[in-house]
Amino acid sequence: MSTSEIAAEAHGHDQGGHGSVGFYWTIAGILGVITAVEVAVFYIDALAPALAPILLTLSAVKFAMVVMFFMHLKFDSKVFTVVFLTGLSIGTFVVVALVLLYQFLPRLKG
Amino acid sequence: MSDTAVAEDHHYTATGLPTWKVGFWTFLGSECLFFASLISTYMVYKGASTTGPFPADVLNIPLTSVSTFVLLMSSLAMVLALDGVRRGDKRLASFWLAMVIVLGGTFLGFQVYEFTHFVHEGLTISGNVFGSSFFVLTGFHGAHVTVGVIWMTVLFIMSLRGKLTPAEALKVEIAGLYWHFVDIVWIVIFTLIYLLQ
Amino acid sequence: MSAHNNGIWSWITTVDHKRIGVMYFVTALVFFVIAGVEALVIRIQLWRPENDFISAETYSQMFTMHGTTMIFLVAMPMAVAFFNFIVPLQIGARDVAFPRLNALSYWTFLFGGIFLNSSFLFGAAPNTSWVAYANLTSSQFSPGHNVDFWLLGLSILGISSIMGGVNFITTIINLRAPGMKLMRMPLFTWMTLVTSFILVTALPVLAVALILLAFDRFFGANFYQPMAGGDPILWQHLFWIFGHPEVYILILPSFGVISDVIPTFSRKPLFGYPIVVYAGIMIGFLGWGVWSHHMFTTGLGPIADAFFVASTMIIAIPTGVKICNWIATMWGGQIRFTTAMLYCIGLLAIFTLGGLSGIMHASAPIDLQQHDTHFVVAHFHYVVAGGVMMGLFAGLYYWFPKVTGRFMDERLGKINFWTYFVGFNLTFFPMHISGIYGMPRRTWTYAAELNIALPNMLSTIGAFIFALSALILVYTIIKSAISGEPAGPNPWNAATLEWSIPSPPPHYNFAEIPTVRSREPLWREEERREIEAVTLKVPDVEPVMPNSSYMPILLAFGVALTWGLVMTGKWWAPVIGLSYVGVCILMWAFEDPFARKGA
Repeated sequence: MSTSEIAAEAHGHDQGGHGSVGFYWTIAGILGVITAVEVAVFYIDALAPALAPILLTLSAVKFAMVVMFFMHLKFDSKVFTVVFLTGLSIGTFVVVALVLLYQFLPRLKG
Repeated sequence: MSDTAVAEDHHYTATGLPTWKVGFWTFLGSECLFFASLISTYMVYKGASTTGPFPADVLNIPLTSVSTFVLLMSSLAMVLALDGVRRGDKRLASFWLAMVIVLGGTFLGFQVYEFTHFVHEGLTISGNVFGSSFFVLTGFHGAHVTVGVIWMTVLFIMSLRGKLTPAEALKVEIAGLYWHFVDIVWIVIFTLIYLLQ
Repeated sequence: MSAHNNGIWSWITTVDHKRIGVMYFVTALVFFVIAGVEALVIRIQLWRPENDFISAETYSQMFTMHGTTMIFLVAMPMAVAFFNFIVPLQIGARDVAFPRLNALSYWTFLFGGIFLNSSFLFGAAPNTSWVAYANLTSSQFSPGHNVDFWLLGLSILGISSIMGGVNFITTIINLRAPGMKLMRMPLFTWMTLVTSFILVTALPVLAVALILLAFDRFFGANFYQPMAGGDPILWQHLFWIFGHPEVYILILPSFGVISDVIPTFSRKPLFGYPIVVYAGIMIGFLGWGVWSHHMFTTGLGPIADAFFVASTMIIAIPTGVKICNWIATMWGGQIRFTTAMLYCIGLLAIFTLGGLSGIMHASAPIDLQQHDTHFVVAHFHYVVAGGVMMGLFAGLYYWFPKVTGRFMDERLGKINFWTYFVGFNLTFFPMHISGIYGMPRRTWTYAAELNIALPNMLSTIGAFIFALSALILVYTIIKSAISGEPAGPNPWNAATLEWSIPSPPPHYNFAEIPTVRSREPLWREEERREIEAVTLKVPDVEPVMPNSSYMPILLAFGVALTWGLVMTGKWWAPVIGLSYVGVCILMWAFEDPFARKGA
């Protein structure tokens, strides 16, 4: 069972501090609060002009928190970060590029 | 699940990392492109539908906020289940795995309700391009949640039978990675589809 | 030990990367012959103006299946055959990271290929070209099952490729021998790594494009239907976001092969190793930013056009850098003109020509003239049939002694190469001319007034020489496998780790895992002796290898079955297939690959 031993080793340091139960509850609490803020922002008309940047930032924060703390990427080997971020960054590029092409650079009309 | 033949064979990996975990993170990188393509499709068709219902007519923010919260909390249950397995606490692990299943199932329940309600309101996969892209994107996300719930159920049964010893924590950790990934995809969907109509 | 067993069941249940590699190669070779026959039918039809050898419908099926087969069933799997056989040996591993998953990739690929080609039996072979532009593929314009076979077959093959990509990334990251740092890895392993990353990222995009098409066709969705607000151009975007990285999936393995072969036959280390590695990685990333150069004629507007023109021209730079590195490697070397080396030099010449015509239509205004003419057909055959395939055949002649323990026949090899080279150029060079004269692609015949009968006749003659070369190749492989001259562990006096073990390798590859201390371990006398002391010995106790398993073929069958049942149009039919798949996955998860037989 060498793999599991290595796994246990690799996680040795998140047992103390970062990986404790209280820490997980705190993260979950923050995630819940951000979600509540997101919904609130949605209903506040005064914020309508800045809706997109605010919501995109908030959801990026949630995304990053789950990946870093629940999926342990912050405390884990860089190898995982590299293989995951390769896909994530190319995926983000694809979304941004297509949205740009469609919503901001309309095609020529024949 | 011990397919890491060679790693186990000579008890050595070049990075010291479990082979299964390297492979699974790579797979998640691949899944990013899958959902990125579906999300792109939804985004480029924003405002392209020529006939209703349109997003503002049907999307129910309070309801989806609750189901989003439920899915977020299932991620908490997941890390606590893994913590229970690592501690060798069978009861704790089983309890939190059961919670993941219940919360994941609740999320799916919300989705089934939402889908039937939408169809009732006249939004179908063939009605307009909003319907097509909405149902396919959220449907594939729901399918991922369903696979996750089945996976958790298998782990839950293993846990009850005492098969999930701390030495087997990697199995739960990998399942957890999958579960959290499905969660972060929903974080993106919730913002881009529901809140930024 | 099952691995000593040679019966048919031992091959069906094998999880040994070497056997899977051989199966990949043989299967790809069979599809190569099939695709070649399709190409000949096309060339016979185009032999003279207004020919009526086949109908327009049959012609459409022929070029669609030729393109789809060559890319997904020949070029990709043949590269994967080398990934399988060679990569674990180059990095000092006993197998890939997930041996059963590897077998699953193979069987999924095989069933996907059979699925796609079975369409011929129903007279419904795909007929909308390998790019299958919407909305020609909609139920309205393609009511038959032709498009269904294509999209379902391709999505099965996509699953196989993604699993393979994950497997090889993990293998290369995690199973390197002690001392085999990333910057010591042979270039072929490096390019396998880059290719695998492109595989796992590009194939999901194709999967989504196909899923949307499937929903349009089976469930009446509107993704590519303009009447309901959908946009047929979205298909082109998604297809080429996959399709252009796919081009690099095809060529990078061949670049890897020749980066290993050229140094061996020049007796010099690769010139500028890190530069070649970084250029390969750069190509892998830049390949994502050029897709719309396939779409200039859709009217993207000046800003988008300018961006894609620029990015396309930029990506020529790392490719040019690599070509300079290979030439510099040969410069001043003691070159041995073996068949493998000839194929490498052939690739350099032909791929460069194809690259240059590529830079021509990187320019949007020129592309508007050349789009969908035979000029483009000439271009991509120069890079794929000339570049990719020559690289793979270089690999075949180079590694054949390792795989079989016997040399390929060099005399036949030279004949094979020269007929290939002449036949290839005679087939495709005239297409530049007929293309510039305006001969459209994907059209079953042409008018005599176009004055392109001569280049077409030359192309057809060339195609038959090309086909003769392929037959010689198949004959050479069979003859050499049976009665080729025996080869020792390192017949070419090469530098990398795969040549430190016996040929053919024992099923456990390395009796003991060696420690590597440099980039060319077998070219440093002291290091070579150290390594061969552990790799050439017969171990007292054979290393434990995973058991063979029926699960991969059973599961792969389930995937093909499920996809086939989608075609019934009944929602519950694929659910039956999925339940079977689910049961297989559970049995798979609880199968212990190291369980002792009979215990």
